[in-house]
Amino acid sequence: MNGETINTSRSSEDKIIEINSLHKWFGDLHVLNDINLTVYRGERIVICGPSGSGKSTLIRCINRLEEHQKGKILVDGIELTGNLKNIEKIREEVGMVFQHFNLFPHLTILENLALGPIWVRKVPKKEAEETAMYYLEKVHIAEQAKKHPGQLSGGQQQRVAIARSLCMKPKIMLFDEPTSALDPEMVKEVLDVMINLAEEGMTMIVVSHEMGFAKSVAHRVLFMDFGQIVEENTPQAFFDHPQLDRTKLFLSQILH
Amino acid sequence: MTKSGKNHIQTEGLKAPVIRIGAVQWIKSNLFNGVFNSILTLVTLFFLYKIIPPFARWAFIDSLWFSSAEQCRAGAGACWSIIPANIRFIIFGFYPHELHWRPFVAMIMLVGLLFYSKNRDHWSQSLGYIWIAGLLTMGILMRGGLFGLTPVESDQWGGLPLTLMLSFFGMFAAYPLGVLLALGRRSKMPAVKTICILYIELIRGVPLISLLFMSAVLFPLFFPEGLTVNKIIRAQAAIIMFTAAYIAEVVRGGLQAITRGQYEAAESLGLNYVQKMRLIILPQALKIVIPPTVGILISAFKDTSLVVIIALYDVLKTTRSVLANPSWMGFSPEAYLFVALIYFVCCFSMSNYSRRLEKELHT
Repeated sequence: MNGETINTSRSSEDKIIEINSLHKWFGDLHVLNDINLTVYRGERIVICGPSGSGKSTLIRCINRLEEHQKGKILVDGIELTGNLKNIEKIREEVGMVFQHFNLFPHLTILENLALGPIWVRKVPKKEAEETAMYYLEKVHIAEQAKKHPGQLSGGQQQRVAIARSLCMKPKIMLFDEPTSALDPEMVKEVLDVMINLAEEGMTMIVVSHEMGFAKSVAHRVLFMDFGQIVEENTPQAFFDHPQLDRTKLFLSQILH
Repeated sequence: MTKSGKNHIQTEGLKAPVIRIGAVQWIKSNLFNGVFNSILTLVTLFFLYKIIPPFARWAFIDSLWFSSAEQCRAGAGACWSIIPANIRFIIFGFYPHELHWRPFVAMIMLVGLLFYSKNRDHWSQSLGYIWIAGLLTMGILMRGGLFGLTPVESDQWGGLPLTLMLSFFGMFAAYPLGVLLALGRRSKMPAVKTICILYIELIRGVPLISLLFMSAVLFPLFFPEGLTVNKIIRAQAAIIMFTAAYIAEVVRGGLQAITRGQYEAAESLGLNYVQKMRLIILPQALKIVIPPTVGILISAFKDTSLVVIIALYDVLKTTRSVLANPSWMGFSPEAYLFVALIYFVCCFSMSNYSRRLEKELHT
């Protein structure tokens, strides 16, 4: 997938996320400062940047876990406003994977996966469980279906979390530092699942410092600092020829 | 490297040592390990020796079980006879004597249903219908007036059925109300939030007795002429309102213990507010607060005895009425011990069940 380039002559129907001059403040802190970003269907974007640069906040705005104060976000043609119905509709289509997995500890793995389809998509229980088993097999964890999340390792939990999102058949997947809470030996099993997903053409926005992952699957890498997207390029160009001094500094720090 | 790896495999065969000790060793290490503990053990033994034999003689050896009050006065031991001689009044109060079978059957039904519902495998929709049918039957048994049963006015109800009724409805209505209040208090809607806070703080700020007084004395003044609400129902409402406010605060604690990630995961799946609370947040939050909730329910059960102050005859009041009878005057320890036993059995069952529930729900 390395040599793949982004087709620059896409039609507007191919846009799945459009963010226009987005601003957000936490109190006096200007966490997102004039963000403009267009994501096309099937595109895979990796966002990196120093801690506190606003990368998590940005993707959390896309499914409105955070509310933005200025600017416009269109997801799959629907604008994110205070309208609850629209928010729920968008959340159905946007899967999210968290740093700390956030599986539901009182439910079994299978129940964790089937819950969304049953209650949100109104899929019959049996069908939802079949879908759940399909995705559990895909993340190589089907034998754990009857267990509770607490009985699984971190890597296994994160794979379950990915499968849980996939069960909703989302159009977009957001990953908020999916491997940074994992023990080092478990990072690969989670990244492998994400690479498989990328190969199937899922639209993905990944906040991550896993540069190997970015190199192998991303179409674009965004570098954020102080609430702004300061540099944006193909992975090849981004890692080999960073333009700005802060990007160079950041890369030298994470690549040792 | 290979050597240490081999060692590691070998140690897997080893098990933690099992320590066995004999009775003498156990006594030595638990009761007489050191001067201070030995003194404490001896002092405790001395007090037990002073208390238990005389009590046992009073309660069991010299006691009278089925005698008249006169024989009791001649004897030296406990007069348990006060219980069998007055059992029907203690249990049923002023309910017409020949109709005692009706509240009796109603109580058996209630206990039976509770017992059956203990097992979570039995929880289903049909169990809900069984409960509704059961409660209706109990109501008809108590009130009469239908199916040829003689009507019995509720001012004749009393004793244990009244206590059970006030506590049962008190708990089962207060619990959902308390959960709603807790959710309301954490709501983002300012009006809902303010009303819930006002309710909780006002109710918690006054003693139950004052609420009971208000329900009995104050409310009728506001009702239009001719409209009266049954005194038991008014007391029941006061108990429910009071208990709900306490449950609300306990549940709120549980809600706050759930991490933000759980809310976010539920929301990012597209669950709406009701689904999120019902499926994800409340099951976890309510489980955490089982111990304090049961604490509140137990104290609510015992607090029903306060209805005496608005002249309702609960089981404690009927017992005291028996003691006011000149021929049985002076046997209060026996009578109160009996009532204490009733309360203890109920409360202990509740706390036992809560422990079992906690274990079952543990994940």
